[in-house]
Amino acid sequence: MNKIIITTLISLLLATNVCADTDGENILLKKNSGDVEDCFEGINRSTFSFNQGLDKAIFKPVARGYRKLPSPIRSGTSNALKNISSLLTIPNNILQGEFKKAGINTGRFAVNTTVGILGVFDVATKMNFPEYEREDYGQTFGAWGIGAGCYVVLPVLGPSTVRDTFGSFINVLGGDPYYNSSVHGNNQYLDQDLYMTTKIISGIDFRAKNLETIDNLEKNSMDFYASVRSLYLQDRQQKIRNSDPTIDIMYEGDWEEVETQ
Amino acid sequence: MFLKKTSTFLIFLVIFFSSIAKVNSIEPDIFVQSTVNRASEALNNKFSKEEKIERLKEIASETVDINGIGYYTLGAYRKNINEDQKKEYSNLFERYFLKSFASRLAEYSNPEIEVVSKKKLNENYTMVSSILVGTEQRPEVKIDWRIYTKNSENPLIRDLIIEGLSLVRTQREEFSSIIQSNDGDINALFSTLKEFIK
Repeated sequence: MNKIIITTLISLLLATNVCADTDGENILLKKNSGDVEDCFEGINRSTFSFNQGLDKAIFKPVARGYRKLPSPIRSGTSNALKNISSLLTIPNNILQGEFKKAGINTGRFAVNTTVGILGVFDVATKMNFPEYEREDYGQTFGAWGIGAGCYVVLPVLGPSTVRDTFGSFINVLGGDPYYNSSVHGNNQYLDQDLYMTTKIISGIDFRAKNLETIDNLEKNSMDFYASVRSLYLQDRQQKIRNSDPTIDIMYEGDWEEVETQ
Repeated sequence: MFLKKTSTFLIFLVIFFSSIAKVNSIEPDIFVQSTVNRASEALNNKFSKEEKIERLKEIASETVDINGIGYYTLGAYRKNINEDQKKEYSNLFERYFLKSFASRLAEYSNPEIEVVSKKKLNENYTMVSSILVGTEQRPEVKIDWRIYTKNSENPLIRDLIIEGLSLVRTQREEFSSIIQSNDGDINALFSTLKEFIK
């Protein structure tokens, strides 16, 4: 298994280097969000269509059904998932040198897991803890200055980059405490099935929260693939920089050239 | 004496004109709130979907810098097109924008948006921050408005940044993708736009 992972990664990284050789003018015209190249566009578009088919057949109907559940159940599930995700966020806060945030998130996790009954109730937010922001290994690599590499669309999982895919591998190679205690931990409460169920419910929860937004985007896009790519890359870029969107203004220079008044 | 009179007169003139300018200039946050209120009114359920779309188009034509967004959206390609193509593009983009914008918004009924703060970036731009109040179905959404304030009497919207994602930038990358997929031929974008606004 490890051999497959390593071979895949090496081939992806090599492809990234090939892309770095394109000429300057080409790069100027091909500028994507954060200048991430779409080196595998053909394959990516096919995978994207496959994912769309899967979404229409499975995820969207399930997400619609999930939406019919009473609101307290949905928000409780969403809170519990968010609480579990802080197990991944805390080590990444530390790796990014954000010790204060790591402390706050540890406090948040402790309060929500105990008083909030396994995270179902977000007591910490009611106690005025600062807003929670998820972190993962992809973001940490980005914060360390490692480039995103090429844009990739993964089957089922959707948009990613070489760096972010590599970051996800770290989760299952011992970097995610929740994965470790579920799969390798010797306890009667957690197991691999529960881990997988948590991941699937996370996907459904995300899809259910974005039903109208994604439908609307698809209906009004002339190239839906390109719109999703742009949104994904903008989102990652913003999360890596942990930036305030109001202050962080991209492409300011380009706007200056457009004078209409 | 003459000099004194003249300078007093000039000072009065300056005060007079600056006070006129102040009266007529519109603060970007007030402009956003009033635009949002107009849109909310247009989205009132007493209107049919077609009526909502017509009303929204009218509001967008008055408050959005469609022409500016159009040029920005073309990115590097805007430097390579001739005057006729520019005219054709402006015309197509306006129709495309109004159709896509209005049909996107018409799906919402009575959205509640609260303006929170504003930040002046420079003489030409102010970012206005607002919150789309959450409902049972969806969480609260942060929306920032890039307001073009070069003419302070007539501020215009140049971008909406939803949870940090710029709509105009997304649009630009979509257009760029269409042109690239057709070997850099801008006419491919024109035909796609024509197809959309049919």
